[in-house]
Amino acid sequence: MSNGPDSARRRFLTGAATVVGGAGTACAAWPFASAWQPSERARAIGAPVEVDVGKLEPGARLTVKWRGKPVWIVRRTKETLESLPGLDAVVRDPASDEPQQPEYARNPHRSIKPELLVLVGLCTHLGCSPSYVRKGEGNLGADWQGGFFCPCHGSRFDYAGRVYQGVPAPTNLEVPPHQYLSETRIVIGEDEGTA
Amino acid sequence: MKRTVVALLLSAWAAAGWSAGGGLDLLTARTDVEDTASLQRGARIYVNYCLGCHSLSFMRYDRMGRDLGLGDEQVRENLLFAADKVTDPMTIAMRPEAAAKWFGVAPPDLSVTARAHGPDWLYSYLVTFYADPDPSRPFGVNNVVFGDVGMPHVLAPLQGWQEYVPGDVPEGAREVHAVGLAVDGDDVLVRKSATMPDGSHAAVTDRLTVAEPGEMAPGEYRGAMRDLVNFLVYAGEPSRLERQALGFWVVLFLIVLALILRALYKEYWKDVH
Amino acid sequence: MRSLLTGLLEWTDARFPLTKLWNEHLAHYYAPKNFNFWYFFGSLALLVLVLQIVTGIWLAMFYKPDAELAFESVEYIMRDVEWGWLIRYMHSTGASAFFIVVYLHMFRALLYGSYKAPRELLWIFGMLIYLCLMAEAFFGYLLPWGQMSYWGAQVIISLFGALPFGVGEALALWIRGDYVVSDATLSRFYALHVVGIPLVLLGLVAAHVMALHEVGSNNPDGVEIKKNKDANGIPMDGVPFHPYYTVKDLWGAGVFLVLFAIVVFYAPEFGGWFLESANFVPANPLQTPEHILPVWYFTPYYAILRAIPDKLTGVIAMFAATLIFFILPWLDRHPVKSVRYRSKLFALLLILFAVTFIVLGWLGTQPPTPGKSELGLRLGELYFAFFLMLWVYSKERTAGFSYRLFGALVVLLLIFDAIRYDEAKQGLMMLSALLPLGYFVTFLLLPVHTRLNESGVEPERVTS
Repeated sequence: MSNGPDSARRRFLTGAATVVGGAGTACAAWPFASAWQPSERARAIGAPVEVDVGKLEPGARLTVKWRGKPVWIVRRTKETLESLPGLDAVVRDPASDEPQQPEYARNPHRSIKPELLVLVGLCTHLGCSPSYVRKGEGNLGADWQGGFFCPCHGSRFDYAGRVYQGVPAPTNLEVPPHQYLSETRIVIGEDEGTA
Repeated sequence: MKRTVVALLLSAWAAAGWSAGGGLDLLTARTDVEDTASLQRGARIYVNYCLGCHSLSFMRYDRMGRDLGLGDEQVRENLLFAADKVTDPMTIAMRPEAAAKWFGVAPPDLSVTARAHGPDWLYSYLVTFYADPDPSRPFGVNNVVFGDVGMPHVLAPLQGWQEYVPGDVPEGAREVHAVGLAVDGDDVLVRKSATMPDGSHAAVTDRLTVAEPGEMAPGEYRGAMRDLVNFLVYAGEPSRLERQALGFWVVLFLIVLALILRALYKEYWKDVH
Repeated sequence: MRSLLTGLLEWTDARFPLTKLWNEHLAHYYAPKNFNFWYFFGSLALLVLVLQIVTGIWLAMFYKPDAELAFESVEYIMRDVEWGWLIRYMHSTGASAFFIVVYLHMFRALLYGSYKAPRELLWIFGMLIYLCLMAEAFFGYLLPWGQMSYWGAQVIISLFGALPFGVGEALALWIRGDYVVSDATLSRFYALHVVGIPLVLLGLVAAHVMALHEVGSNNPDGVEIKKNKDANGIPMDGVPFHPYYTVKDLWGAGVFLVLFAIVVFYAPEFGGWFLESANFVPANPLQTPEHILPVWYFTPYYAILRAIPDKLTGVIAMFAATLIFFILPWLDRHPVKSVRYRSKLFALLLILFAVTFIVLGWLGTQPPTPGKSELGLRLGELYFAFFLMLWVYSKERTAGFSYRLFGALVVLLLIFDAIRYDEAKQGLMMLSALLPLGYFVTFLLLPVHTRLNESGVEPERVTS
């Protein structure tokens, strides 16, 4: 039994070689799979972006690029903020139940500071970048309270990025992770959870 | 036959390792990329004295910080002067065309310079600047291993100014050429060989000695240059630490695998008579 | 589970000859049982080929074949791509490993006469693979776009410029696609390196293996195992390739990988032999580095090129040195294959050829001095003399033949030295002439007066 072609020793060694060799092959495959992860350069380009909002006028919008995507920062006026509860009935997700924002922005104004709105400027329908249309601008009807309008397929969003009912976009605009470094400096792409 | 092949490979290995010193016996830098404290000191010198002109554009601040045991905050406070973000590469603001006008050639990027020249050459270069009063020298400085160098001696505040003291050349020497460098106390010696009319050789020793002291004593300055070269060796190949640490386990694993395969081979070949 | 697999196999076999191929090439392919150390290198070459293809595909994902970006993209791989450094070092080490195993594989063929009938075509496929490898290495070496890449390519392409009647210059221009090596050259070399040559290489490897399995393997005794079969038609000196040689080659692969990993992780530059320091300076068309030298696997031929004082003759000699291997099966017609059963002089001839090749390789890496150039030239003469001697030793030669040939060679040597006569080097030339003279005395005149060139008889069956 110790020497035959089917000896236990032969079967054991074949098994050992298969297991160890297989493990080695799997380990060797790891670097090749990892090489497809975003490189340091891609990470650097996608790194958190610092923005100074000190000079942002009420009603104005600032666009910065984060991970290749446009991010808007809008300083909302008092009237605009007051108009938001009145739209609860016509938007699809008034209480922000969908996970389209970090927990700290899940409030009626969808932001950390009420007046400063931070949004990823890409329509949740098919990824076009909506235009910023203030109240009284454009031709979106007399009861347009101001917000964002996607020219691609006509989706509408209010001043908190909440999507209106009856338009193609399924969810509210996304609020990116962000935090305040000081009164006027925001860092986008980083918050308490990720820093 | 096996022994022949091993011998051939070994002799190839022994013949390998040409120096980039152009035949000059250089000073030994004795770098050690595992010496993190030295790397940190070297990085600080680089940022303060070199990064004004020489980019290190394949190196990112945050990567450097991680490898040197520094957090992003420490990097921001101590090293990040030439860029905005810690993820930025270590570039410079100077345009290459302007630099070429000032220095004759644009200061090269030094990311892989340690791999091109070798640590010993860099170290020897950094410690052998000397004051050269020749009016053709734009910055009044020259260098032993890089003759007629275009770079000003930016490290003079640290090193001070060395003076070049030629040794006595014997009467009637036909030709004198440098053979090597050596450290002698505070001075750097340039050993030369003079060929005499009868074909014999006589030794000549030139001397670099600090005439105008800088912030650092000569030995301290050489230590700082060793740190700087060490940092450049690291920057030339940041993956080196990872590579050597991982290599041990890979080789160990492969040896185990090879031994199992050998046992398997021996087991099967019991059948063959 | 087992029946499912068996079913799947039957289903496949009805549509594709899977089991048939497995049996023909592995399970029922009989290889001589007396393979020794030298027989590991064929399967190792296959292993390195696979390594190069896989790592090469990955490098191509990140490399940029653009003169402005190429150098930077290599450093991008080395630093920014996760594990990029490992993949790149595997590829650069693999290039040298490929030539090491292929040179040892070729030397094995010389030792045991594996190129002789009926394996001439097998040998020719192998030589074509070797040429492809050289082209692949040459094209690939330009890609990092360092100083050595750039100037190495410049020099090698200029060799074609040696051809007369303006053909050479036109050809060199056509290869570069520009007046100097440039982005145009880089792009075409990249296409050839990643697609063109590998396709040809894979086809040739398939042809090489098919030819091998058609004629069967040679072995250290030079015995044709197909001549001694048992009642079932199975060669008595053979063992099925699988499992016997699969497990043996796996063990060889294990040892190879240990050595390979040591280089990749601890000496990827291998002291400047695998990755040259000058290649860490970006290509600069305005400044040539101090010493331009090809990578080690080309240096024996480079030494021959450099040693010959006339450019065109040098180029011809270099190409001839490579191509002469093709006619080896027709030069060496001696009936005994293996060095084991050939004469002592033949063994010495082989050893001297290996030494010549290695010393030429070393000379190719050295800055030229008069002494080294002269040595290179003499060793070049010995290099070609080896092939002449193979032809001479193909059969019994009479004393008259040997003396006449000896006389003719000495006259030829004198004519050649008279053409290149240089008064300053007179002493050196006379001294070094002892090399070819001694060589011809040993290999042409000794057999006439001693029994050193008497061959033994190959055995009927393999030994040990």
